[in-house]
Amino acid sequence: MSSLENAEDRAPVLSVRGVSKRFGVVQALDDVSLEVRHGEVLALVGENGAGKSTLVRIIEGVHQPDQGMLEAGGAPRAFRSPADAHALGIRVIHQEPDIIPDLSIAENLFLGDFRRVRGLFLDRRDLARRTRAMLAAFGLQDELSPWTRAGALGPAYRQLMEIMRALRSGVRLLALDEPTSSLTEDETRRLFDVVEQLRRDGVAIVYISHRMHEVMAIADRVAVLRDGRLVATRMTHEVGEAEIVQLMVGRPITELFDPSARSLGPVLLSVSGVTTRRVHDISFHVRAGEVVGLAGLVGAGRSELAEAIFGHDRAIAGSVAVAGKAVRLRSPADAIAAGIGFAPEDRKSQALLLLRSVKDNITLCVPDLISRFDFISGEDERSVAGALVERLRVRTPSLDQLVSKLSGGNQQKVVLGRWLARRPKVLILDEPTRGIDVGAKAEIYRLIAELAAEGMALLVISSEMPELLGLCDRLLVMTGGRIVADLARAEASEERILDLAMGNNLLRGERTMVA
Amino acid sequence: MTDAPADAVAKSAGTAPQSRPVLVRAIQALGTHNFSLLIALAILIAIFGALRPDVFFLPRNISNIGQAIAILGVLATAQTIVIVSGGLDISVGSILGMSTVCIALAVETTGSTTLAILFGIAVSAVMGLVNGLIITLGRVNAVIATLGTMAAFRGVAFIISNGQSISIFDPALRFIGDGKILGIPVTIEVLMLVIAVFFVLMRYTVTGRNIYAIGGNPLVARLAGLPIRTYQIGIYALSGAAAGLAGMLLAARTGSGQPLSGSQGAELEAITAAVLGGCALTGGKGTILGGLLGVLIIGVLNNGMILTSVPTFYQMVAKGVLLIAAVVIAEHQARRFG
Ligand SMILES: Nc1ncnc2c1ncn2[C@@H]1O[C@H](COP(=O)(O)OP(=O)(O)OP(=O)(O)O)[C@@H](O)[C@H]1O
Ligand SMILES: [Mg+2]
Repeated sequence: MSSLENAEDRAPVLSVRGVSKRFGVVQALDDVSLEVRHGEVLALVGENGAGKSTLVRIIEGVHQPDQGMLEAGGAPRAFRSPADAHALGIRVIHQEPDIIPDLSIAENLFLGDFRRVRGLFLDRRDLARRTRAMLAAFGLQDELSPWTRAGALGPAYRQLMEIMRALRSGVRLLALDEPTSSLTEDETRRLFDVVEQLRRDGVAIVYISHRMHEVMAIADRVAVLRDGRLVATRMTHEVGEAEIVQLMVGRPITELFDPSARSLGPVLLSVSGVTTRRVHDISFHVRAGEVVGLAGLVGAGRSELAEAIFGHDRAIAGSVAVAGKAVRLRSPADAIAAGIGFAPEDRKSQALLLLRSVKDNITLCVPDLISRFDFISGEDERSVAGALVERLRVRTPSLDQLVSKLSGGNQQKVVLGRWLARRPKVLILDEPTRGIDVGAKAEIYRLIAELAAEGMALLVISSEMPELLGLCDRLLVMTGGRIVADLARAEASEERILDLAMGNNLLRGERTMVA
Repeated sequence: MTDAPADAVAKSAGTAPQSRPVLVRAIQALGTHNFSLLIALAILIAIFGALRPDVFFLPRNISNIGQAIAILGVLATAQTIVIVSGGLDISVGSILGMSTVCIALAVETTGSTTLAILFGIAVSAVMGLVNGLIITLGRVNAVIATLGTMAAFRGVAFIISNGQSISIFDPALRFIGDGKILGIPVTIEVLMLVIAVFFVLMRYTVTGRNIYAIGGNPLVARLAGLPIRTYQIGIYALSGAAAGLAGMLLAARTGSGQPLSGSQGAELEAITAAVLGGCALTGGKGTILGGLLGVLIIGVLNNGMILTSVPTFYQMVAKGVLLIAAVVIAEHQARRFG
């Protein structure tokens, strides 16, 4: 039931007609028909595993549909590879940024489009100039140098690089697969400026996000996928957030956060004077039953702090104690043995064994629960992993499915599952709901509250301000590798945190667009 | 399937499941890769069986193939573990040579077979340990480190043997080399034992699973608290010990300790078998069963080329081509099915 009642005069850039796609037993897409028009932003929403990424992969020619076809410019098109789609100006920014870590930012941005001096040598000056113009368009000219190694950048910068790379050549259709999941609010606003500009230039935009307020703010139309089927398309101004969510999950979502005060126990994590190369003189503590948030802009040193507490980054000075006992941190193994858990932000490169099954990934840190004398008990292993798959509602055809074949949000749940199995005293979650759908998000918030109620100490890093404000008892604001404020929930507000987080960055110049 | 949560099952069951032919299911149970290897093996057997029907299928020839692959089998399955962990051990041929010399000398001085074998394997394990320490503590790339020790260990073997072949007069070792228990050559039984142990290790133990994790993504493994260096050191020591055991089998077969033994491409054949068997040189991928199939293919190929009188130099060319072809095919498959 589509509701394209408004006869649109704008021509479709791309039409998807009756497309179906199956992976083994999973019907990822089922008879989906959709049009994307010039100068519109079409939001694509749906639960984790609903088929959103699969649809854009088909649009980009990464996957071929089992049934149905694509039409562009009034003619049917069969994209056999992304190169075919790129030739027609169709570009996709993927959920997981894909950069070459050993090349510089400039080289990554303009790969395949280098200009030469005297027909032979790379024109580095021209490359630097073009890169600076790109960076300036995103207001990043002061933060990044064209010759910085791309591998040294955090996920937010990588995401922005992907976007810049897609924009450099003539785009007619740009699909963004959860572009903001690793961006801060400030960076999200910059991205929206860019999207707005593109829309005005007549580019068709497909925008995938789990953040409903973003969808409402930026999209003209919303298409809702559920279990691979297109269940509705609506004009954004005609519907409310609640209705979209209801269409997505097939049931209303109850309250996200539990506002009741928690009862706090003894201090479980205490950090005093910790200094590494990237964070300075950090001191704070987290009590049993407490959820403490780390707020700040990307690059403020939040993940770096987490890595130091977890023993991944060597501390130059300072000490960490768990439940009153000082911990000697030479490696993450020491931290885990002391009762600390850490779910890092970049699941693909830091958390998941992509060549292994869902089951193996979940049980990685609990050998004692699944083995006797080093021999794995298949039964124990299945019951441990199965219980968590069920509790987290991971959508997977079986426990033996390769984790690389799950949708992004479901992969994130597997990472959380690993730590739930381990039950550490202190759990550090870096962007725990990155890429997770609204329904599952509510479940994860409930889960965090439950873990706190059971006496765990939680440290949560998030770029989503409402999430931090709703979830945390206390908020630490970081900027430039230091903690600049320690706010109780009652004292914290978005504006206050942002002010503190921006610090002297507050006066950064206005950004200009490059046409 | 039975373990998937109820709602996931319900969702996938909502659409009609495609009917799967028996063959497809058989392939899935075995793994696509192992299935292709079986087919390749069958083709090789068919070719050589057709070219030399008079000898190829004789029990004596089958037994010959078995004897010939016993040594390679031990090396290749150990190499599989090293490659799965993300490493490579080029020094196994030299360690094997050292082992034969050590065993020959130890038999001579102590007169005890057991002591001599233990000594040979222990020295080999220590050499593997040296590899492991250079790679982990010295942070040297595994290829370079074991390339260096390959030359060094070979040199030591020449030094302690004075460059001479040392004869072994020991009935027990002779029995290991030529004898049979229950009608099966002892060398093959040793191979089967090694394979059984490695298979269980890699498939059914936490240690094995952690080796896959470390090879698949060392950063993930570290953040999950696995002691990566300890594992790596242990794996190279194991690889050394396995090469020592292979050396024991060779010393028993030839009745001598020769500093030169294992210098004619033992490591090349071991790596070829492992890669044929599905190991990715980037680590995290590969199985003992696959490695064994790789060994069988090489064994049948070697035997068949001898039976059909392919000149030695051409055999060398064929083996080199096989290694490269194995890598090319693996790459191709990874891109198509990965
Ligand atoms: N290469 C693949 N092999 C097997 N199954 C796959 C593959 N790619 C996707 N799937 C499955 O298809 C379904 C749809 O996946 P898709 O990635 O399109 O979801 P999504 O809507 O993007 O979810 P998310 O919000 O979590 O990113 C999922 O159940 C997923 O497990
Ligand atoms: Mg997706």
